[in-house]
Amino acid sequence: MIPAEFDYLAPTSVEEVIAALAEHGDDAKILAGGQSLLPVLRMRLNAPEVVIDLGRIEALRGVRDDGDAIVIGAMTPHSVVGGDPLVAEHALLITKAVEHLADAQVRHRGTFGGALAHADPAGDLGAPALALGAQFVIAGAGGTRTVEADDFFVDLFETAIEDGEVLTEVRIPKHTGWGARYEKFVRVAHQWPIVAIAATVRAEGGTIAEARVGMTNMGSTPLRARAVEAALTGQPATEDAVRAAAAQAADGANPPSDLNGDADYRRHLATVLTRRAVLSAAGA
Amino acid sequence: MTTLQDPPVESSPEIGRERRRKEDQRLITGRTRWTDNIVLPGMLHLAMVRSPFAHARITSIDTTEAKASRNVVTVLTGADLGESQGTLINAWAITTDQVTPAHPPMPSDRVSFAGEIVAVVVARTAAEARDAAELVDVEYDELPAAIDLKAAAAADSTSGVLAHPDLGTNKSAFWKFDSAEAGTGGDVDAAIEKARGDGIVIEREYRQQRLIPAFMEPRSTVVDPTGEQITMWSATQIPHILRFALAATTGVPESKIRVIAPDVGGGFGGKLQTTPEEWLTFCIANRLGKPVKYTETRSESLMVAHHGRDQWQKLTMSAEKDGTVTGLKVELLADLGSHVSLVGGGVPVLGAFMFNAIYKFPAYQFNCQTVLTNKTWTDAYRGAGRPEATFAIERLMTELAAELDVDPIEIRRKNWITHEEFPFMSVAGLEYDTGNYEAATDKALEMFGYDDLRAEQQRRRESGDPIQLGIGVSTFTEMCGLAPSRVLGQLNYGAGGWEHAAVRMLATGKVEVVTGASAHGQGHETAFSQIVADRLGVPFEDVEVLHGDTQTSPRGLDTYGSRSLVVGGEALVRAADKVIEKAKPIAAHLLEASVDDIEFAEGRLSVRGTDQGVAITEVAAAVFAAHDYPEGIEPSIDSEATYDPVNFNYPHGTHLCAMEVDTETGGVKIRKYVCVDDIGTIINPMIVAGQVHGGLVQGIAQALWEEAVYDDAGTLVSGSFVDYLLPTAADTLSFDVDHTSSPSTTNTLGTKGVGEAGTIASTPAVVNAVVDAIRHFGVDDVTMPCTPERVWKAIHSRGAGGEAATEGAAAPHFDAAEGTEGAGA
Ligand SMILES: Cc1cc2nc3c(=O)[nH]c(=O)nc-3n(C[C@H](O)[C@H](O)[C@H](O)COP(=O)(O)OP(=O)(O)OC[C@H]3O[C@@H](n4cnc5c(N)ncnc54)[C@H](O)[C@@H]3O)c2cc1C
Repeated sequence: MIPAEFDYLAPTSVEEVIAALAEHGDDAKILAGGQSLLPVLRMRLNAPEVVIDLGRIEALRGVRDDGDAIVIGAMTPHSVVGGDPLVAEHALLITKAVEHLADAQVRHRGTFGGALAHADPAGDLGAPALALGAQFVIAGAGGTRTVEADDFFVDLFETAIEDGEVLTEVRIPKHTGWGARYEKFVRVAHQWPIVAIAATVRAEGGTIAEARVGMTNMGSTPLRARAVEAALTGQPATEDAVRAAAAQAADGANPPSDLNGDADYRRHLATVLTRRAVLSAAGA
Repeated sequence: MTTLQDPPVESSPEIGRERRRKEDQRLITGRTRWTDNIVLPGMLHLAMVRSPFAHARITSIDTTEAKASRNVVTVLTGADLGESQGTLINAWAITTDQVTPAHPPMPSDRVSFAGEIVAVVVARTAAEARDAAELVDVEYDELPAAIDLKAAAAADSTSGVLAHPDLGTNKSAFWKFDSAEAGTGGDVDAAIEKARGDGIVIEREYRQQRLIPAFMEPRSTVVDPTGEQITMWSATQIPHILRFALAATTGVPESKIRVIAPDVGGGFGGKLQTTPEEWLTFCIANRLGKPVKYTETRSESLMVAHHGRDQWQKLTMSAEKDGTVTGLKVELLADLGSHVSLVGGGVPVLGAFMFNAIYKFPAYQFNCQTVLTNKTWTDAYRGAGRPEATFAIERLMTELAAELDVDPIEIRRKNWITHEEFPFMSVAGLEYDTGNYEAATDKALEMFGYDDLRAEQQRRRESGDPIQLGIGVSTFTEMCGLAPSRVLGQLNYGAGGWEHAAVRMLATGKVEVVTGASAHGQGHETAFSQIVADRLGVPFEDVEVLHGDTQTSPRGLDTYGSRSLVVGGEALVRAADKVIEKAKPIAAHLLEASVDDIEFAEGRLSVRGTDQGVAITEVAAAVFAAHDYPEGIEPSIDSEATYDPVNFNYPHGTHLCAMEVDTETGGVKIRKYVCVDDIGTIINPMIVAGQVHGGLVQGIAQALWEEAVYDDAGTLVSGSFVDYLLPTAADTLSFDVDHTSSPSTTNTLGTKGVGEAGTIASTPAVVNAVVDAIRHFGVDDVTMPCTPERVWKAIHSRGAGGEAATEGAAAPHFDAAEGTEGAGA
């Protein structure tokens, strides 16, 4: 478990990162918390010549209030995001998902931006980010652009971040007062989900006024269950109503088959977990 | 502040005391010597180049580029080392006609499993060795690989795939025990025939999946050839056997080899092995005349450190209509992997005497075919043979109960040996010394709240609750304390089963205890100190236990098979008793009394009926000075003893598991786990609790989580902890553990083994509980590990969830392609 040799850069500003990326191109890799990159290097699945560590860039850390959104810096560790009161108040779904993400050690090293940039379809943050309509702020040589969640996840381990760019922060529109539930289905406690459902619901009385549902590990990217969301709107938060809406959760999904379950089993799980997540998020 | 030291307690007997483990402070803080911590001047490092193919001819190996790489000393292949590398041995040919493939540490012509070593890079640092290993260019001609056990068993030279084509067969050995032939019981086929007419026959086939021991410390070896003796440090369970095997196969005189197993971080049987990596490190250090180190990576460890279990079990049990069992026939296929490793072929044979378990079968037959395949070799893994046997019989007894619609406890009561019947000669020819199955079961039932849980189960069934409840029973026994040497001889095993101990009485009053049973996490230093402290009446703190070095502890047969306490501990007791006997004439001399009047108690030798006496530590000081001691005897009270057990011993227990099954997802969750084990006398309850808890988790993990999976090409799919699901503390629950005690009559202290009990007992308790929860859906089995997918499919297809879900590893969470798509990908 010894990586191949590489040069190590530790810039202190985003500008320097962009300059370094421009200089080294394909030979460079960005290092955030290292919880995905280091295993890759240690198993020698990849051998970049230069590793650019974002760890010294203070500007990329922390959570702030920005009017109708909260903003999470790319380098904010999972443990900080999970314990942040702003996140809990305005994006409870993120708080709930982080609770189930890996173990305490990994949560202290791994970062919010790193996990999303890594774009593992089994990663626990993609579905909540998608469900909450997050916006991804990406910096590059030409300046900064913002990408909507729907366009961010491109494929397995592939995002809208282009060569020479770096993810700096993620804006999450406030969902103040929305209930939330992350239903993560695993065999052992510390495992990537076989399937997970991220649901957040604005309930009015016993009725579901609005619902957002994201799905983890049901395809090559996180997915949003729009048909379920539409079917839920205006429905009573009852077992029967939610069950009927959740039945469509897996429609059109193309989940993987592996040691933990085949695609059909995952489709079935998605419907059960969606019902449970929505009912819980609706406070039913 | 908490400390790891116990407060001193005056004159309480040590045996039975809950002592904290004296070794833990150093082990936990890492201020100790693990093999990989050993650094010698000028030491070189090895990296292995391994075959990616399960079966292939090596057509060429180009080492030019690797040799030119920075700080590389040399690159060696099988052809370079030839005979000088020695050979790996199989120490237990279970039959005289066993087919045993030749086993060079590094072959030069053909590889027979994925991960086999084809070249070794020697460099100044481990990182440089790794870098250069990537540059070795090996060309292979891929051959068809024998992967599936049943297909391999069916193949021959005319059809199918052979793991070693030149052998003409994949069948290694066929081993049989028949109670009619042995004179220990009746004819099993007749019993089954009769039951087909007027009784019940239960026929089942069970899969014992392949497991990976996954010890915490990866294996590591350092060899220092400088000096008169060649010293090998190795993370091994068996320093003595390793030394013997090295000498026997390399031609280096045994007296020139010193093997040290320093602190070893776990083994579970996985380090009961002599390995290619050890042989190559030894050979290369000698060849270069320099110290050399090899430490495996976790990926290598999972791939090539031997695996365990891997059997198909075909079982036929006959009974009368009232549930009285009449016969048991066992037909096993056991996967050896590519070679017959150190004791690999013998592992199923260790189970041969245990399928009949605690039940009074009048007729019994055991058949086992061992089979070669192109996979990593299998060998001992916690329980070795006995978990497989216990699983089969405890599942079968539960199936019989279900068939007859009686409670699984009731069917066991009807058939087990009652406590008045001990000692009991089993149908497999073993004499069980002591036991009380009734007592352990009664206690377990009460702790469990059995009747209440059965009532809840009934309620959930009737209401169609999505969460169903199941109750699993396992009333296990096992044979442990390997092993009477004569028995091993009859089984054609390559060594004996004795153990050796020495007690050295130092002049300063301290006591050095030397044992041949070398610990790798079990806590020998504490338990053995307690035994000696009690026996000699000296403070616990004054006893030092030395082990794991063939120079300090020249005689020993090491640690496995729950033998350390029952065999090694008994040797220790006998050595300590000899110390007292040797001290008596000296004490008599010092006290000017007759030897016959000297009695020993609580550390003092006194003259009977007087207040005159001398401490045994004073006698030790007296013989050290040797100024005044009786004529005609030696000035030493140090003693040694070698103990060869006369019988195995037979711990037993009742394990009860309550399992919640989510019928919507197939997810399972243990609600309650109770076990009452009878392990005879307990030396240290805390160590026992640790062994039981860890054992339970390992057995539960076989039932629910762990499986080594190969794809059709012979690549290990579950090659990292992402796919090989090892439980962590977060997956366990609070176990309810208690004991009954029927002291063993085969050793002085009355102890029985506990190291494997939890693992042996728990697997069937858990699977029985899963099946019990969903039996009303028409399910009578769920294949291990009982994944949610299998459980769900079993409910919906009324099958066992079978071979589904083996399509491949989870998506690679660590993306191989990263970086090729640019920095942001
Ligand atoms: C044992 C273990 C268990 C885990 N379990 C889970 C789990 O249950 N659920 C889960 O979701 N995750 C899990 N993870 C992954 C964890 O969440 C990682 O932290 C995360 O996937 C990557 O975050 P990181 O900050 O460590 O990024 P790194 O590993 O440093 O980087 C990951 C990738 O993203 C790129 N990158 C990082 N930051 C940026 C940026 N700002 N801009 C552009 N590219 C960037 C890197 O170049 C690299 O390709 C686990 C990891 C481990 C080691």
